[in-house]
Amino acid sequence: MHGLALVATVLLGGLLAAVLVRLAPGFDVDEQQLDSHLNAESLAALRAARMQQNDVFSFYIHSLRQALHGDMGTSLSLGQPVSVLLRQRVPLTLRLIGVGLLLSWSMALALALSAAWMRASAYDALTATISGMFLCFPAAVLALLSVLWNVPGSIVIALIVFPQIYRYARNLLAKAYALPHIVTARAKGLSQLRIMTWHVVPIVAPALLAVAGVSVSMAVGAAIPVEALCGLAGVGQLAWQAALARDLPLLMNVTILVTAATLLANSGADVLSHALRGARA
Amino acid sequence: MKVLRVTAWLALLLLVGGSMAANWLAPAGYARQYRGEPNAAPSHAHWLGTDEDGRDRFARVLYGTRISLLLAPAAALLSTLMAALVGGVSGYLGGAWARVAMAVTDLFLSLPWLFLLITVRALMPLNVSPLFSVMVTFLMLGLLGWTSAARVLCASAGSLRNSDFIRQARASGICGARLFWMHVMPNLKPVLYAQFWISVPVFILSEANLGILGLGVAEPMPSWGSLLRELEGLISVGEEPWKFVPLILLVLVVTSFEMLLSMEKGMAA
Repeated sequence: MHGLALVATVLLGGLLAAVLVRLAPGFDVDEQQLDSHLNAESLAALRAARMQQNDVFSFYIHSLRQALHGDMGTSLSLGQPVSVLLRQRVPLTLRLIGVGLLLSWSMALALALSAAWMRASAYDALTATISGMFLCFPAAVLALLSVLWNVPGSIVIALIVFPQIYRYARNLLAKAYALPHIVTARAKGLSQLRIMTWHVVPIVAPALLAVAGVSVSMAVGAAIPVEALCGLAGVGQLAWQAALARDLPLLMNVTILVTAATLLANSGADVLSHALRGARA
Repeated sequence: MKVLRVTAWLALLLLVGGSMAANWLAPAGYARQYRGEPNAAPSHAHWLGTDEDGRDRFARVLYGTRISLLLAPAAALLSTLMAALVGGVSGYLGGAWARVAMAVTDLFLSLPWLFLLITVRALMPLNVSPLFSVMVTFLMLGLLGWTSAARVLCASAGSLRNSDFIRQARASGICGARLFWMHVMPNLKPVLYAQFWISVPVFILSEANLGILGLGVAEPMPSWGSLLRELEGLISVGEEPWKFVPLILLVLVVTSFEMLLSMEKGMAA
């Protein structure tokens, strides 16, 4: 049932992209129609081909059918098949996002856990200031500064995503550590490690897993300015180039891909989170 | 805490006041070109120097601040209204309405925010007039930024729908739109206020991101996003520090908003 809802949402996302592409100004204009070498018959054939795409539903179903056969169309601006472009660029984006997420979660959890353990208001304020500082910078500025200081793109993604995870993790941990049975465990002298692994992690893990899905979406969003401004040839840069060049077929396919990827991540995290909650209950 | 709160308010008021006095502080305007002085360093005539087209950077910062500080709250107001309409009404109606509204909300939420923005921006003509580009940019932020607020409002309106006072109002014969406007909406006001104030810094940052990527406000109209594009050509931070003024102002404003919001949250808790 969950899978069906997922497929339906991805298809709905694709339809939304197709509608936007269809409504965009200049959709039914083809540069070839200005070619003086073409005779009236060829021009009529070109117009007829364009007319077939006027119905947004048949346009979308046609695009989907082609995509199922591995043909995602050709990029208008780059003149290459979209599938080839995506194949070339997906690995770099996956690596950037993967390393970025790993670093951001490590930083966020390290700061949040240390703040919860130390219970010193000065240290808590310091960690909150550090994360809040990064929250106040536009992602694109951090990307520009990383070019100046030769900082790898994955670290920039980590710096963009970590404050949001930190804030959530810190609140969860603060609430968990204030629970009566954990206060009692502390008073009885149980070690910090034991309290964390036996009492805190089981409480906060399901909620943190749910955030893990959302953090993928944040990292994909952060990849656009990072790749575009750091000159990294990934999917984010491709989306940016498509937007600047108004390369709508490319943009539609990238939209479907990104929707599917983020929905899969969110759903995977939700399923795991529910499984954990169920196991606890 | 009180000192920080007052400082944040003062910073915001000072910036809003300064930007409103732009016509008086920089009467030459943001588009006037001093052709003989491109890329000039700060001087008595040009406090923050000039850009590569010879335009006074101080004037552009003042006018850009005005645009960002006036239109981000306008976009936040629009998104809050959209959230109230979609989330509030669907939550109040419940059942299939709420399910459909939340499915659409989930679809928008599943797409990365910046990705959605550049996709929609790409569908609009890029060679539009500067004024139209300002309107389009902030309108787009307002029209796309309602989703997370709608979720919160749907849940709040849903819980109100089953509350005792609403049942009593229904039993007294009040129903439909009147019940919603007279009894549900006033109770959603605190959530709407909170969503409005949360959205303002988010929209300021989003406009800055779009501007730096070249998909925001069109030249010669300045905004913080378009002014920050100048950082792209820098070789080192110490080279031309005055180019960081728009960034400093942006960070100051966003920090002030964040500070005020966290203090409000702290007081509410």
